[in-house]
Amino acid sequence: MLAQRKPGFWNRIYLVEVIRGLSITMKNFLFHKKVTLQFPEQRRDYSTKFRGQHYIKSVNGVENCTACMLCPTVCPAECIHIVAGEREDKEKYPVKFEIDSLRCCFCGMCEEACPKDAIKLSNIYEMSQQNRTVYEKDFLLEQRGNK
Amino acid sequence: MDFGLLAFSIFSTIAILGSIMVILKKSPVAAAFSLVLVFFAFAGLYALMGAHLVAALQILVYTGAIMVLFVFVIMLLSQDEPVNDLKESSGLFKGVSVLGILGLMGLLIRAVLTARGMVPTGTLTDEKIVSMGGNVRLISEGIFTDHVFHFELTSFLLLGAVVSTVALAKRKAVSGGSKA
Amino acid sequence: MTSLEVTLMFVKIGIVLLGLLVTVPIMLFVERRGSALIQNRLGPNRMGPFGLFQAACDVIKFIFKEDRAPGHVNKFYYTIAPWIAVIPAFMTFAVIPFAGSLTIDGTETHFQIANLDVGVLYCFSVASLGVYGIIMAGWSSNNKYSLLGALRSSAQMISYELTLGLSIIGLMMVFQSVKLGDIAAAQGETLMQLGPVSIPKWGVFIQPVGFILFLVSMFAETNRLPFDLPEGESELIAGYHLEYGSMRFALFMMAEFVNMAVASGLITTLFFGGWQLLPGFATLVHLIQGMGLLQNDGLVLVLFQGMSFVIKLAFWMWFFVWVRWTLPRFRFDQLMNFGWKVLFPLGLINIFVTGILIYKGVL
Repeated sequence: MLAQRKPGFWNRIYLVEVIRGLSITMKNFLFHKKVTLQFPEQRRDYSTKFRGQHYIKSVNGVENCTACMLCPTVCPAECIHIVAGEREDKEKYPVKFEIDSLRCCFCGMCEEACPKDAIKLSNIYEMSQQNRTVYEKDFLLEQRGNK
Repeated sequence: MDFGLLAFSIFSTIAILGSIMVILKKSPVAAAFSLVLVFFAFAGLYALMGAHLVAALQILVYTGAIMVLFVFVIMLLSQDEPVNDLKESSGLFKGVSVLGILGLMGLLIRAVLTARGMVPTGTLTDEKIVSMGGNVRLISEGIFTDHVFHFELTSFLLLGAVVSTVALAKRKAVSGGSKA
Repeated sequence: MTSLEVTLMFVKIGIVLLGLLVTVPIMLFVERRGSALIQNRLGPNRMGPFGLFQAACDVIKFIFKEDRAPGHVNKFYYTIAPWIAVIPAFMTFAVIPFAGSLTIDGTETHFQIANLDVGVLYCFSVASLGVYGIIMAGWSSNNKYSLLGALRSSAQMISYELTLGLSIIGLMMVFQSVKLGDIAAAQGETLMQLGPVSIPKWGVFIQPVGFILFLVSMFAETNRLPFDLPEGESELIAGYHLEYGSMRFALFMMAEFVNMAVASGLITTLFFGGWQLLPGFATLVHLIQGMGLLQNDGLVLVLFQGMSFVIKLAFWMWFFVWVRWTLPRFRFDQLMNFGWKVLFPLGLINIFVTGILIYKGVL
């Protein structure tokens, strides 16, 4: 609805209102607290539930993942590619574990689906890249996460 | 070569070349820009003659205001169509225009030849103008005291032109059926 | 002309040109930092102390960027348009006096490049040429947004030039001159004495309405917010300089800042006493002259006059930035209505009232 306001005489003169506006901006210029966060030195606190860069949890250098294929199945963006293999002790493990970081939508469904608590989304949000990076298994195993 | 002659030749060359460009340019906007150049060169010539006020007014009124309106209207109306070429016009038109140009040229040459050496000098010299308060003061005093009647008459003429333009424009809008 | 006069001429031209060229990077910085602080941000603060070298970085970026023209433009007019915008801007400052007069070896010199007979008319006429840069840029870019920007700018300039001219006629009537040097010198007199405070005969005190009209139309003439419709980035993307990049765009920016400097210079000269000393400076001048550090007493005075002029000019430059981040943009019909139905009649009334007051002997 179009609100009809009747401007008063002093409003129509503009000048008084302009001077008021100028004083408001000057107040902001001089006294108001600046809200800029100086990024590399200061950082914003994110929620612990924040879903950032992926990693695969490992215990004693052995990844938790058993290549059960639940995460590529549940992944809505189809960004996880796993090639399963077998270790000498007949344990199943992922020979290849790739996450296409451009396709991933960071929904966290893989994390929920994982029965072994292997795939995790960390709090890391500085993920800018200069090429179309696919996260390889070695990279994912670097235990950067904090969960 | 002294500075005045050099400046004169530069400005007059610009003026002549600009006038030729006005005719030859196919796009109306480009022709208008050339006309601006001509006016600017004229202002330079006036300034060389010591008529600073005329030069300033030439730029202020013709270059700065009237030509801006010209360009505005051209840009608003025509989508920059090339103007009619001389090649497309009839033989009669060509003949008449050539005759007209030759006649004008002859008149101009005649005028220059007869007026040579007998340019009337007024009572005002450069020193006298300065001592009387400068060009601006002299001209404005002239306009607003001795010639105030003519000045006001001119302004009435312009006012009449404005009123009739508005009347014509409005009548068109009403007869066109659209209510402004 | 003696050789001293020629040298002084070159010195004056050098001061003005250098001053204007230095103004541009300073204003780049002030605009970015000022807008940030007004919007409760910090703005560029990484390069050098307080981010002062940011301007240098901007300039270097502009110079080293690839200078390419789109294929659909009219090459000739596209190339010369930025120059046509920037050259008149620099030319206008020639008649603005930036300090009083100084006597060296018996020759009196006025600190003004040319004290032309036509004075302020020269300013307006040359400044009105600047619009051709914008029109040419808009038209030659062969782009609808650019063309609309050019159309808007030409209509706006014509409308507000009238008010601009009318607004200072009252002032000319009071000071009986169109020479900027005379007007600046005449403002040194005292208008009235209120106890210990003496109010100088500045233009703003005798022509307050004229001042406001002049200020508003100067904002329109320099295409600054709230009248920056030729750019209007929310409607026209960038308006007339949409197709420009690198140094050519920088020239348009330079023209805008230099125009701002000229506008501030004119406001200062016409309405705020020009190079007349700021309150309190007179005692300082006496103090320094008493110390006898410099041979020429006049030099100290001229230095302080120049400083007063620069301080006043800087305030008005800042005012342009300040207003830009305060007021929203006008709509085009509002702009035209405001110009023709409010400012124009006000200008006429102002002249009329000033005439009556002069006839009655009040002014």
